[in-house]
Amino acid sequence: MNLVICLLATRHYLTAEQIRRAVPGYEADDGTDRAKEAFKRMFERDKAELREIGVPLQTGRTSAFDDEDGYRITRDAYELPPISLAADEAAAVGLAVRLWHSAALAGAAEGALHKLRAAGVSLDEHAAVPLEPRLDSGEPAFGVCFAAAADRRELRFDYRRPDGSEPTPRRIHPWGVVARRGRWYVAGHDLGREAPRAFRLSRFAGRPKAVGPAGAFERPEDLDLVAMVASVTPASEVTARIRVRAGAAEGLRRAGKASADDPDLIEVPLSDLQALADRVTSFGVDAFVEEPAALREAVIRRLSRLAAMSQAPAEENS
Amino acid sequence: MSASADRVPRLLALIPYLQAHPDIEISSAAGDFGISADELREDLNLLWMCGLPGHGPGDLIDLSFDDDDHVAVTFDAGMSRPLRLTTHEAVALIVALRTLAATPGLIEQEAVSRALAKIEDAAGAQAQAAAAVTVAVDGQDARLAILRRALKAAQAVRLTYYSAGRDARTERTVDPMRLLLVDGHWYLEAWCRRAEGVRMFRLDRIEELGQLDEPSRPPRDVAPRDISGGLFLPSPEDIEVRLRLLPWARWVADYYPCQSVAEDGDGLLVTLRSTETTWVRRLVAGLGGAAQVLDPPALAAEIAQAARQALAAYDTPAAGTAMA
Repeated sequence: MNLVICLLATRHYLTAEQIRRAVPGYEADDGTDRAKEAFKRMFERDKAELREIGVPLQTGRTSAFDDEDGYRITRDAYELPPISLAADEAAAVGLAVRLWHSAALAGAAEGALHKLRAAGVSLDEHAAVPLEPRLDSGEPAFGVCFAAAADRRELRFDYRRPDGSEPTPRRIHPWGVVARRGRWYVAGHDLGREAPRAFRLSRFAGRPKAVGPAGAFERPEDLDLVAMVASVTPASEVTARIRVRAGAAEGLRRAGKASADDPDLIEVPLSDLQALADRVTSFGVDAFVEEPAALREAVIRRLSRLAAMSQAPAEENS
Repeated sequence: MSASADRVPRLLALIPYLQAHPDIEISSAAGDFGISADELREDLNLLWMCGLPGHGPGDLIDLSFDDDDHVAVTFDAGMSRPLRLTTHEAVALIVALRTLAATPGLIEQEAVSRALAKIEDAAGAQAQAAAAVTVAVDGQDARLAILRRALKAAQAVRLTYYSAGRDARTERTVDPMRLLLVDGHWYLEAWCRRAEGVRMFRLDRIEELGQLDEPSRPPRDVAPRDISGGLFLPSPEDIEVRLRLLPWARWVADYYPCQSVAEDGDGLLVTLRSTETTWVRRLVAGLGGAAQVLDPPALAAEIAQAARQALAAYDTPAAGTAMA
């Protein structure tokens, strides 16, 4: 705290030694190496901590005659520019803050609120709105992916394909985190496959890790994250035909449309074969795959595993 | 600097905050920072010992207190403005505001746009990082606008609802209580007159919807549920189902509230509770063998039996047509 006040107050760069004398709390110089070491360690820690919380520490020399770098904080870089919000704008911000639920973003939003209040903005985050929005609950990988994308650091994780094969390690430059239809994805450049890829967060095995320095890559300029994620499930040209029992399997009827001459023959666009096989299987005897054969086989494999469940655990997968 | 990592940002914000709110009561200032009044007093005691180099009487931050626990700043030692937003703070606000802006009918769109512009302005270069997070909201939903109008006018609505758990479509008259956006899906929490209870309706499963010309009248004693633990809370009458999840079905533990979750090799052992077995049967069948029912054994046998019946249809080529 004293360090920030001191560096904000100075127009000149202050050397570490000058700071040591000016700011209380630092080990005084008694000529011993131990005291020198203790000060150095503490000063380094404080600098790192200030940078961590976003304090713009500048290093440089006031004049060409200085023989070592000094430190200062300029008001321009430090201070939040003036901001004032009308009551309805403040209400929007108060509601926006409530969209976040994960520790990473809820904490950041809370920090932003404190600063806005300190700038004189009056905000009521508990205003009575008959609305309880949440965007990001229940996705443990979210915080790490978001931070890696925001800081532009390399991200490593193990990823499970939907077909149930063993997770494989992936390394990506994360361009961004995307929410679409209630699912979160991280999209970026896959370093192993040297191509853009999107990954569903719920298919991560274990926790992702950000590695290496910040600013490790540039985001493409004309980036459309939503389009990248949408292409994970490409539009389909194949149509599956599924016969459903009269008055049953509403869920499948909703997913497709009845064929022109038979209300119980449902035509569903086939984009993700495994997902549709899961869905058809969930309706048991009420749904029967007419075509394609690949879908029919996938359903039969699932039913066979389920049929074996009460005797022996299923081991194989499709 | 002896304060802990999350305390320093607060200490830095406190002096400008107190200047912007002269003679504020300590308890309400503490409320704004989400801490107790005692924690705030400790912060103030620490700030009192901070100040400009020299640290003489005229250099230190000075505060004045009155008898009613109000506090004011008499000398700020140069700490007159809050620190800029960090990248993460800017992203959290901007992405959330953009999401609101993409969701019409929720709050005044124009106010959201104005707020967004001001926040982006104040965030400066940090606003760039907001490009890293995108939320695609299906906000063009006409149902949202109808429900919002009904809530505002306190009127009941009539709707046709598809329940995925029971695979059934029902018509109901409900008294809307609030709208929720959870994990990208909109829900209506309402008193259902048919079920005589509070129910959650996912908006994309509401098929027909109309506002009724009659007042909404949920019973006085029902309150919106606390959803901090998840949307669907189990109740004591539920039956308990133990499942073994193979590795590629681990996500089930993230998507449904589990009573217990334990590692089991690469998979998981979970306990779920449910009021009825219909949706559990559908869940397990839909996982196609990636989840095994350990308990109750009767449920496992039932699911296996149903699968054998379904398989039989594929054994005889004519079965498909015969079924209809």
